[in-house]
Amino acid sequence: MAAKTRFEVKLGPATREAFGRALVELGRENKDVVVCDADLSKSTMTTYFAKEFPERFISLGIAEANMAAVGAGLAYAGKIPFIASFSAFAMNKGFEQLRACAAYPQVNLKVVGTHSGISIGEDGPSQMSVEEIGLACSLAGFVVIAPADEASTKALVRAAAAYVGPVFIRTGRPKAPVIYNGDQKFEIGKAIEVVAGQDVAIVASGLLVAEAILAAETLEGEGVRARVIDMHTVKPIDRETIRHAATETGAIVVAEEHLVDAGLGVRVAQVVAETAPCPMEFVGIQNTYAESGQPEELMDKYGLVARDVAAAVRKVVARKKQ
Amino acid sequence: MPKSLAELATIARRIRREIVVMIGAAKSGHPGGSLSAVEILVELYFDYMRIDPQKPKWPDRDRFILSKGHAAPVLYAAMAEAGYADTPLDQLNTLRKLGSVYQGHPDVRFIPSLEASTGSLGEGLSLALGMGIAARLDGRPSRTYVMLGDGESQEGQVWEAAMAGAFHKLDNVVAIVDYNGIQLDGFVKDIMEIAPLADKWRSFGWHTLEIDGHDLAAIRKAFEEAEATKGRPTAIVAHTVKGKGVSFMENNPKFHGTAPTAAEVELALKELN
Repeated sequence: MAAKTRFEVKLGPATREAFGRALVELGRENKDVVVCDADLSKSTMTTYFAKEFPERFISLGIAEANMAAVGAGLAYAGKIPFIASFSAFAMNKGFEQLRACAAYPQVNLKVVGTHSGISIGEDGPSQMSVEEIGLACSLAGFVVIAPADEASTKALVRAAAAYVGPVFIRTGRPKAPVIYNGDQKFEIGKAIEVVAGQDVAIVASGLLVAEAILAAETLEGEGVRARVIDMHTVKPIDRETIRHAATETGAIVVAEEHLVDAGLGVRVAQVVAETAPCPMEFVGIQNTYAESGQPEELMDKYGLVARDVAAAVRKVVARKKQ
Repeated sequence: MPKSLAELATIARRIRREIVVMIGAAKSGHPGGSLSAVEILVELYFDYMRIDPQKPKWPDRDRFILSKGHAAPVLYAAMAEAGYADTPLDQLNTLRKLGSVYQGHPDVRFIPSLEASTGSLGEGLSLALGMGIAARLDGRPSRTYVMLGDGESQEGQVWEAAMAGAFHKLDNVVAIVDYNGIQLDGFVKDIMEIAPLADKWRSFGWHTLEIDGHDLAAIRKAFEEAEATKGRPTAIVAHTVKGKGVSFMENNPKFHGTAPTAAEVELALKELN
């Protein structure tokens, strides 16, 4: 995406919606694609797949631990299973099963969490997932993807199906701002520079990519040229892009809708520490659980909007000059 | 050429000796729950399952999952005796040693002929359901057998899977519970009672049988009945003796997870001659 024209927030479909549509395409192309859900298909959007391929849609009821291992069994037998639930349940309740039945034997299981982060809104913290990126990244051999918009979700769901091995994909509930036009290519593990800039780099994922772009535009007016990087693949992380960003800008902000303790930020920080140490700031959820409210109210209250990204950039740029 | 009961009994005796010797050599492992499962694995691997050890990935094969993965020695001995290329008979005594294919719990990274890595209890039945669903979708005759421990039945996921297996009418899946009455901390009835176990499986919608898990003919008959049962899966509650075949290990909680000493191995082998 060119940074020249001003970024306008145009809401596109939710990433969970894009996931549901992509699944149907995959189902048409490959009869080995099967889908399991745990009584949330109308919310995870696997319902589209269920309608078109009822025989390949496996309802497992509200039993996520069982679903994780049934999915692994399907994968052992040669299928390409997608198991879906809210992130809070798919990953957190199925974690040990994903570890023992999918990660350690490296089976070809795709786990999709919807309703990630706090932007699910009114349902509140029991349904919100703010730790699953950390959990997923701690499963050795898992690929972990957190796409920002419809186009990237569709492309990365397809890439996940084509990849042989366990994958976790994080999607969200609300409509997602459109970041990409139809020409952008997506590759697992290859970050995308969505805004060029040399003074500071903002590494973001999910809904924070749009907030980072908005922040970059505000900062441009202050004479700070911020690079924005969509780190859609959290693991394996794009080390080269991070190293370049750290070397060329000398200051990095990471922005994500996740606990800062265990998400994208710590992974970027590890690469920065290993390759080109520089000042860093972290935008994310700070050691707390959110509450009920409208998604945009929550993102504002918990410090996950462009204003917060811009503030972190000012802080990191000031540290860089010290 | 089907094997006679006498031939199967001979194989069972050989496998018992191998279990005792390999765990003795390893100086750690789980003899009791390996010895209690011998006849069931012998019946599966040498009589009933449609398998070809020369073609371990034959798509129409029957599958076996050892959900109670700590009984790995009985599975290793059975597969080695059956002639799988990746379970060499002459390496059984490398059990649990660095670099051995015979890991402490079954691990597909080391033995690709295994159907699944197991060891974290309560998960094998769910894996079996996935395999059963895949076989049905593909129209394959493949049947999946999964062995659970009695203590393992305390895991909640077992009952999530039991519910799902009956709901999906997976008549190509057979759950076998090795009901030997002992778990790590002691007798099952004292740790967390699971009785009435057969009633539980029945109430979850499974065709349920109770057999003597050391009676080869009864085991075969149960597998035949399971295969003839359509529209629902079968659970076989196999009453067994922990440590079966070695007098001082039988019904002795100590030998759930303690290796025999060299002297105890000698003594056991005398009994198993």
